[in-house]
Amino acid sequence: MKSLILFVFLLILPAEAFRPTLLLGNLIERTCRQTPFYDLCVWSLKTNPESRNADVKKLARIMVDSVLKNKASDTLDLIDELLQDGFTLDPALHKALSSCAERYSVIIGGDVPEIIEALETGDYKFAERGTNDAAMEANSCEVEFPGKSPLTHMNKVVHDVSVVAASIVKIILHSQW
Amino acid sequence: MADTNPFLPKSSSDGSYPTGSQATRRSPIKEQLTIFFGLLAVGLFAALLIGKNGSYNAHVHENKHGSLATSTTKKPETLGPVSRGPAAGVSEKSNRLSAKVDGNLLVYPWNNSMLSWQRTAFHFQPEKNWMNDPNGPLFYKGWYHFFYQYNPNAAVWGDIVWGHAVSRDMIHWLHLPLAMVADQWYDVNGVWTGSATILPDGKVVMLYTGSTAEAVQVQNLAYPANPNDPLLINWVKYPGNPVLVPPPGIDKMDFRDPTTAWLTSEGKWRITIGSKINKTGIALIYDTTDFINYERLDGALHAVSGTGMWECVDFFPVSKTEENGLETSVNGPGVKHVVKASLDDDRHDYYAIGTYHEKNGTWIPDQPEIDVGIGIRYDYGIFYAAKTFYDQNKNRRVLWGWIGESDSEAADVQKGWASLQSIPRTILFDNKTGTHLLQWPVEETESLRLKSNEFNQVTLQAGTVVPLDVGSATQLDIMAEFVIDKEALEKATGSNETFSCGTSGGAAERGALGPFGLLALADESLSEQTPVYFYIAKGSDGNLKTFFCNDQSRSSAASDVNKLIYGSFVPVLEGENLSLRMLVDHSIIESFAQGGRTVITSRVYPTKAIYGAAKVFLFNNATEASVTASLKIWQMNSAFIRPYPNDGKF
Repeated sequence: MKSLILFVFLLILPAEAFRPTLLLGNLIERTCRQTPFYDLCVWSLKTNPESRNADVKKLARIMVDSVLKNKASDTLDLIDELLQDGFTLDPALHKALSSCAERYSVIIGGDVPEIIEALETGDYKFAERGTNDAAMEANSCEVEFPGKSPLTHMNKVVHDVSVVAASIVKIILHSQW
Repeated sequence: MADTNPFLPKSSSDGSYPTGSQATRRSPIKEQLTIFFGLLAVGLFAALLIGKNGSYNAHVHENKHGSLATSTTKKPETLGPVSRGPAAGVSEKSNRLSAKVDGNLLVYPWNNSMLSWQRTAFHFQPEKNWMNDPNGPLFYKGWYHFFYQYNPNAAVWGDIVWGHAVSRDMIHWLHLPLAMVADQWYDVNGVWTGSATILPDGKVVMLYTGSTAEAVQVQNLAYPANPNDPLLINWVKYPGNPVLVPPPGIDKMDFRDPTTAWLTSEGKWRITIGSKINKTGIALIYDTTDFINYERLDGALHAVSGTGMWECVDFFPVSKTEENGLETSVNGPGVKHVVKASLDDDRHDYYAIGTYHEKNGTWIPDQPEIDVGIGIRYDYGIFYAAKTFYDQNKNRRVLWGWIGESDSEAADVQKGWASLQSIPRTILFDNKTGTHLLQWPVEETESLRLKSNEFNQVTLQAGTVVPLDVGSATQLDIMAEFVIDKEALEKATGSNETFSCGTSGGAAERGALGPFGLLALADESLSEQTPVYFYIAKGSDGNLKTFFCNDQSRSSAASDVNKLIYGSFVPVLEGENLSLRMLVDHSIIESFAQGGRTVITSRVYPTKAIYGAAKVFLFNNATEASVTASLKIWQMNSAFIRPYPNDGKF
């Protein structure tokens, strides 16, 4: 009996220590459950310190301004490297990579600013438009490769992050408040 | 039980940790503690590892090294396709990211020839960059004025200011300098949508929404700097702006797009502004005598639950009997009132017809089942943020609608522009149905007509396609009538199946009594085509229901454009033939069924059916009925929309 009480007491202590995180986790988890890529969503948000005490709008902003922008920039960097490497020997591949470079420039320079401005000023349909477009650009880049795509992983990440962002924007658009 | 390690991802099987079952077993304290702290240590260690990198980052870095390694170590030949390839009819793309990809789809990267073809000849659009909502349309001192939401810096939405253009006839537009820019704290985050009111003495006042430095949506007053300038080039913002701020109970970002004002019986001006409360879309009402001080009326003009935010609300009278428009303040026995809202939630414009109760500023729909937001749409295609104005020059009410793009933003950036306005349309009450409005291109559209071709009583047997030899087919005005074989109508067996354009298989899905209509922007081999057609469905009770659809599924070989099928049920009354008017203008097709009772606007981006390769056909894909078609097709001239010339001669 004594050991049981002691054991339960020891269990509660760490639980108490984790409690603030649990509550935070709840909004992120609740939000991410409404997206098709729960794990990706939770990871991306929880590993970003700004998600502490963030509301849904801030979560959307983080997903776009940090996660999507960074992933898209990484992809564009990779495309630039590939274009400078031996890949340029195949003209079809070169064409696809150039087209992808353009699409990713648009994601970073067009979609992301559009989404951020829309989130900040409350005209959410343009945030939805921008996030949907980013997903589509990543997808379109992927299907342009005549053979095996060197960007499959990156395109999938960018696509999925965009879809998560679009889902969060949808939550804001259809929310009760 | 408490999740002791929230940093670990929840596994799909939601496996519980061994400590759960162990807690109930009696065992020595020391053992319990060791196990507990051991697991805790493992958990924290794991959280440290995974939390630091994030699994997706790890994958990304792997891949990065992987593909770089590939590029330097492997020879180019080995980078070719690994699968059976096109020779075996297998698409490389079938297991890629895109869910629904055509078997033989080859993606066309856009080239400048394809993109530059997309610019229209007679639809309003600025020379470059992004446009959205129509703003403050009016007729003043001999000129039609058109203002619009504009991004001066990019071909995507953002940095919004007011563009401006003028025309003598609403067709031949001349671009003027920006009317208003974001230069005040109360509109620095956006000079958003607004409407004009012409006072009885001829003065013009403009009310518009500003997004402030704090992103609060407020209403502002502006007026022409020089009322004697017919071009209304310069505008002054009232120094005491904003004149209206979000009232208590309304979110600061749910308060925008003030309407044209109308007079009350007390001689005050009344406006309405869209908003929402929870998920109920609502039109707030304000009275004013000077456009500076406002009193809010209790309640609202109207509200519909579940419809979400109401943007670009419009409120106007229509005559039940006369074939002309009514000035916004008109009321009386022969008058009905229309409430229209743009739903933020689904990006569609809805309207309903009802009765306005002036005393308490409310409006009741004639048929609540087709109330605002849940009933009839202005347009079943891509059409949003529409706004009407009363044209006192020709006694008509005219409708403008924003036509966005349905291609990728990358293509928009590449071509340097995005969005069009619809052709301006007159609005009339359809007294035959009593529930619908009729929209029709303004008569000045006909001034663009050049040579025409007539086709009389062309019989289309079931399953035929007939080419229409009209020469160039990218700028057309088509008037067509279809008569379906009466016997086939009677003989066809009815069924319980419900039809809807959007969920159907498009023009390729054959029914007994349809589809039949036109194939626009189609190439010779019909590899690209945009069918606009009627589909008659017969119910098990023998009743016929006609649908009007626009099928984009095969409109382009490109994969990054919208491929949906738009459309709706269209009321066809006893004795009416099926009629269709279609305006084809490069990347836009506007189709009007039954005199404008049901309208569909579509953006089309062919890769082959462009320039001289674009053609138009008649088709009848019904299985049991033949159809007789009569049409007149005009070539359309360009409207030569351009900047207002410096020398004033145009």
